[in-house]
Amino acid sequence: MALPHHATPEDRFWHYSSRGICFAVLAFLVLPILIIIPMSFTAGNLLVFPLPGLSLRWYQSIISGDAWIDAAKNSLFIGLASTTLSMVLGTLAASGLSRMNFALKPAIIGLILSPLLIPIVITAVGMYFHFADIGLSGTYWGLILAHTVLAVPFVVITVLASLEGFDNNLLRAAATLGAPPLKAFRRVTLPIIFPGIASGGLFAFVTSFDEIVVTLFLAAPTQRTLPRQIFSGVREYVSPGIAAVATLLIVLSALLLLTVQLLERRGRRLRGGGIVRH
Amino acid sequence: MAHSDVFDVRKSVRRSQRLSALRNSALVLPLIALLLFAFIVPILLFMYRSVDNGLLHRSFPQTNAALENWVAPAKVPEGAHAALVADLKAIPGSSELAVVARNLNNFEEGFRSLLMKTANRIPDDTPPSWKNALVEIDKRWLATDYWAVLKYQTGPLTTAFVLAAGDLKQDSDGQIIRQPPEQRLYIPLLLRTFEISFTVAVICLLLGYPTAYVLTRLSPFAAGILMIAVLLPFWTSLLVRTTAWIIILQGNGPLNGLLQFAGVIQQPLELIFNRFGTLVAMSHVLLPYMILPLYSVMKSVPESHMRAAHSLGANQRIAFLRVYLPQTMPGIGAGLMFVFILALGYYITPALVGGPRDQMISYMITYHVNEVVNWGMASALGLMLLVTTIILLVIFSRLVKLKHFMR
Repeated sequence: MALPHHATPEDRFWHYSSRGICFAVLAFLVLPILIIIPMSFTAGNLLVFPLPGLSLRWYQSIISGDAWIDAAKNSLFIGLASTTLSMVLGTLAASGLSRMNFALKPAIIGLILSPLLIPIVITAVGMYFHFADIGLSGTYWGLILAHTVLAVPFVVITVLASLEGFDNNLLRAAATLGAPPLKAFRRVTLPIIFPGIASGGLFAFVTSFDEIVVTLFLAAPTQRTLPRQIFSGVREYVSPGIAAVATLLIVLSALLLLTVQLLERRGRRLRGGGIVRH
Repeated sequence: MAHSDVFDVRKSVRRSQRLSALRNSALVLPLIALLLFAFIVPILLFMYRSVDNGLLHRSFPQTNAALENWVAPAKVPEGAHAALVADLKAIPGSSELAVVARNLNNFEEGFRSLLMKTANRIPDDTPPSWKNALVEIDKRWLATDYWAVLKYQTGPLTTAFVLAAGDLKQDSDGQIIRQPPEQRLYIPLLLRTFEISFTVAVICLLLGYPTAYVLTRLSPFAAGILMIAVLLPFWTSLLVRTTAWIIILQGNGPLNGLLQFAGVIQQPLELIFNRFGTLVAMSHVLLPYMILPLYSVMKSVPESHMRAAHSLGANQRIAFLRVYLPQTMPGIGAGLMFVFILALGYYITPALVGGPRDQMISYMITYHVNEVVNWGMASALGLMLLVTTIILLVIFSRLVKLKHFMR
């Protein structure tokens, strides 16, 4: 977007100030996250600026202690389990929904999306009481089911979007070639919507991996997860160890983000570029 | 013959359609079952607690019956005292009695001690008048206030928590009145929640609009690169982002260090654990939810419209105000409402970066669950938040195509 030759000084002002604001806002979005990274390499005991010196001691301390490693294992286990469950239930539901055409469909989609929109504290306290009544609180199953509820909307959204441009003639072609519905799904539909399922799965994993409020209410004292560990640490004081953990998590998020971008590109190509990204 | 053939085809088409509809529903069913079991039912049961009065209803059946025809200024009927004693004797165990007393105390200050004292001193043998016996234990049984609580708050359902969430209560005549000014807590809390959420939504709009605008005008390649800056916070853990703000804004953090180094300030500014910190951190977390829908709406505004405006003699400002802005209004409305709705339910960020005066309604819900152990009140506040959110969501879904929000 270049300025035309006939731009007045006022036009120029608006042009450059809007660009200036844009870059300032993008910096506001990214810099606070990036600034943790150098801070985590401090040699001091406090997160002060300027840094007293550089060292890897805080990374050594989080790796050598059990607390963070156990929390990471718990988070990983719960995250992978709820992601798997979300991918299965979400893909099934999305493929059913995409072929449905009746009045209830928007209501069902609304119901599936509602865990994203209902205030999380209400969901968490509701689960806290109910799961205690039925013996699920403080169990891995309780946490996995709860995280699945919060994560599954992302799978449904991405899979629905990738089915939107799906050409049903492909399935008819498979049928005329003698493939039963299940085989047609496995050999034709699945490869085409796979990027959608995978990026939905990544969204689901991040949702569970970052989840804190429901975990605070449902988890047993021994079920420490990374967010829970950070939360209790931050409430006391923010040690450089937390900055080191945060740095590792930021690297992980960046990797996942790049993967999803690549998957989306691939998904678009598989569907013949018909879908414009929203 | 021909007729019945046509008929059969129609029937078999219908049957196959019914079958496929059934198959499609069967695919959705497992997820619906999970959501009902682990999401809808828990929330409904939690909301029911705001009107549930099971404990008090179970504990005072005879008292409730004895007071049925009594209205406050009149004398407490004679049988009520004996009924109360019978009910108190029937309460199993001292721990349940303590819970009952604490619940009654929510309605009338001092009821806990009165009830505990009375229950401990009930004589074993039947005195000539239970009324005199009770008054002898504590003179407060002469007043009608406590009896009014026993009359109005021992039904199977209660409106007390819902009323309290609106800073209302039932007085001893059963009339609904406002709480005395110093006890009005929850309406101010709701207003504060609205105020913070609205401020955050406006900050996000002011920051997000120019950003989304410039992003739509760049080449697809440049926009793709810069979009990563919008999406990275989206993917970064909420706790990591909140921690980042605590580190940056704290007294000896980088921002204060930089400002002192530059000589702008002498003493570190108080930037965190107050409203400023809350607004900054919440705006940072919610800004992508503003930029993405705005970007989506702005993408659909054809550039030719602006060129047409220019060719008709409008400068950039006029063309923007008269041509561009009106076409992006749906995005503005949607973004504002979306950020506002999400902000209403925020808990973690204000809890970690706010001070005591920046806590919102979600915090008060957890406070009642964990600290005060007044679950009815937690539920009533939850109901207030849930109803507000649902009303806004319904308006929101009428106003916007949800498509803009499905990335």
